[in-house]
Amino acid sequence: MRAVITVIGKDTVGILHKVSGICAGHNVNVIEVTQSVLQDMFAMIMLVDISGIKGDFSALSDEMTALGKNEGLAIHCMHEDIFNSMHRI
Amino acid sequence: MLNTFDILETIRMIQDECLDIRTITMGISLLDCIDPDIDKACAKVYNKITTKAARLVEVGEQIEKEYGIPIVNKRISVTPIAMLAAACPDADPVQFALTLQKAADTCRVNFLGGYSALVHKGFSAGDLALIKSIPQALSLTNNVCSSVNIGSTRSGINMDAAALMGQIILESAKITADRQCIGPAKLVVFCNAVEDNPFMAGAFHGVGEPDCEIHVGVSGPGVVRSAVEKYPDASIDEIADVIKKTAFKITRMGQLVGARASRMLDVPFGIVDLSLAPTPAVGDSVAHILEGMGLEQCGTHGTTAALALLNDAVKKGGVMASSNVGGLSGAFIPVSEDQGMIDAAVAGTLCLEKLEAMTAVCSVGLDMIVVPGDITAETLSAIIADEAAIGMVNNKTTAVRLIPAVGLQEGEMLEFGGLLGSGPVMPINRKSPAKFIARGGRIPAPMHSIKN
Repeated sequence: MRAVITVIGKDTVGILHKVSGICAGHNVNVIEVTQSVLQDMFAMIMLVDISGIKGDFSALSDEMTALGKNEGLAIHCMHEDIFNSMHRI
Repeated sequence: MLNTFDILETIRMIQDECLDIRTITMGISLLDCIDPDIDKACAKVYNKITTKAARLVEVGEQIEKEYGIPIVNKRISVTPIAMLAAACPDADPVQFALTLQKAADTCRVNFLGGYSALVHKGFSAGDLALIKSIPQALSLTNNVCSSVNIGSTRSGINMDAAALMGQIILESAKITADRQCIGPAKLVVFCNAVEDNPFMAGAFHGVGEPDCEIHVGVSGPGVVRSAVEKYPDASIDEIADVIKKTAFKITRMGQLVGARASRMLDVPFGIVDLSLAPTPAVGDSVAHILEGMGLEQCGTHGTTAALALLNDAVKKGGVMASSNVGGLSGAFIPVSEDQGMIDAAVAGTLCLEKLEAMTAVCSVGLDMIVVPGDITAETLSAIIADEAAIGMVNNKTTAVRLIPAVGLQEGEMLEFGGLLGSGPVMPINRKSPAKFIARGGRIPAPMHSIKN
């Protein structure tokens, strides 16, 4: 089972560190990261493995949303099924 | 493998274009709760609903977090209460409404539909008592919705019921006049009602349905509008294709959520209702899709054609995305719940007659339309009969949800707030249909009802 975490917002020091820190805390393994910084806008898409997740997915999602609020970033955690079902036949 | 474009497209749809799951609705059969003692029947109803739907809201919230998609409403639909009321002829059916409200509160659902009667060919035991109790029931409850089916292609139109419903709508508005006439906003009069509709106020759980099931209603006018607006110079065929592709994506999401909810609740998956259901939120309007196709304002000439195209393309795109399509499926055109429709009605571009024409090609009927408070019951009944005739002859569901705004005149606004929005009081034709309505009886079913 995999999930997609997207982070969009103003670039600051340590965004990747904080997001992956939360992942590690929930025993979620980061599989792939693509990120780009355009002028001072930071955009990252992270594919993570949630099969070994400690606790439930909504706890991870809540923590990411809280981080997003504090840092002024838009962070979304979504199960990969939604993308697969929408964009694959 | 997932690609960045797809991921960002999905997120944009949800964040910027108001894509959401409008409702997951649990249909619950109450046939096993029938009892000649109304107190016992109510106790059974309460127990059955609160047992079956105990985890509905919790599961809905969990899926919202898992997929990052808002599920705006969690709802319940039940067997038409007239069938339960039939067993207790001496009791007041309002007691069932109060029980349903209590169950809705316990389950924390947004709406509970099914305070209903199916009288398209005539009244059976319980039907009349239930219909007459509707104004009281809607006044004493907040989340209970009511519907009455007065006609069908197979059986014709029950004009006695149409006449009665005009009075019921008016009475319901009058006794809730101190609360924005909210009563009739929770009451739908149908022709060709469907048994698996997840949308309110017309949802009920038909007798042909299983004991318990989960339906999903999707919504995404904003997504379709934004897709259409990307092709300002495309031909109509290309626009139809764009809408189909978008509807496919929206419906797939509904299918995913429905399947997940069904697994988590261990209840069979009923249907996905592929509907474009607008909300008063900016950018979530069906009227704006039509305007995006090139109409200066919704309601002008060309609106019916544009809506026919939209409705058909939504179905064609959606039907491949889900194996279980049902409900009303198509574009909704509720006036007060759609900012573009409100603007068009205020400007006078959109009138009741045009809306009536539009209902011949969209998925439902005259929905959430505010009419002057001094409208007569006969005029309401005649509007119901007109709309039912369109449904009966065209083999489609039509519905009427009109709100007589007690104390308000044409041009004034009635504010509901929330999903119900606000609506201008629309002008009506003042010539009397009273004699026609007073005749009573039944309009015979059309020739094409004889299909076997």
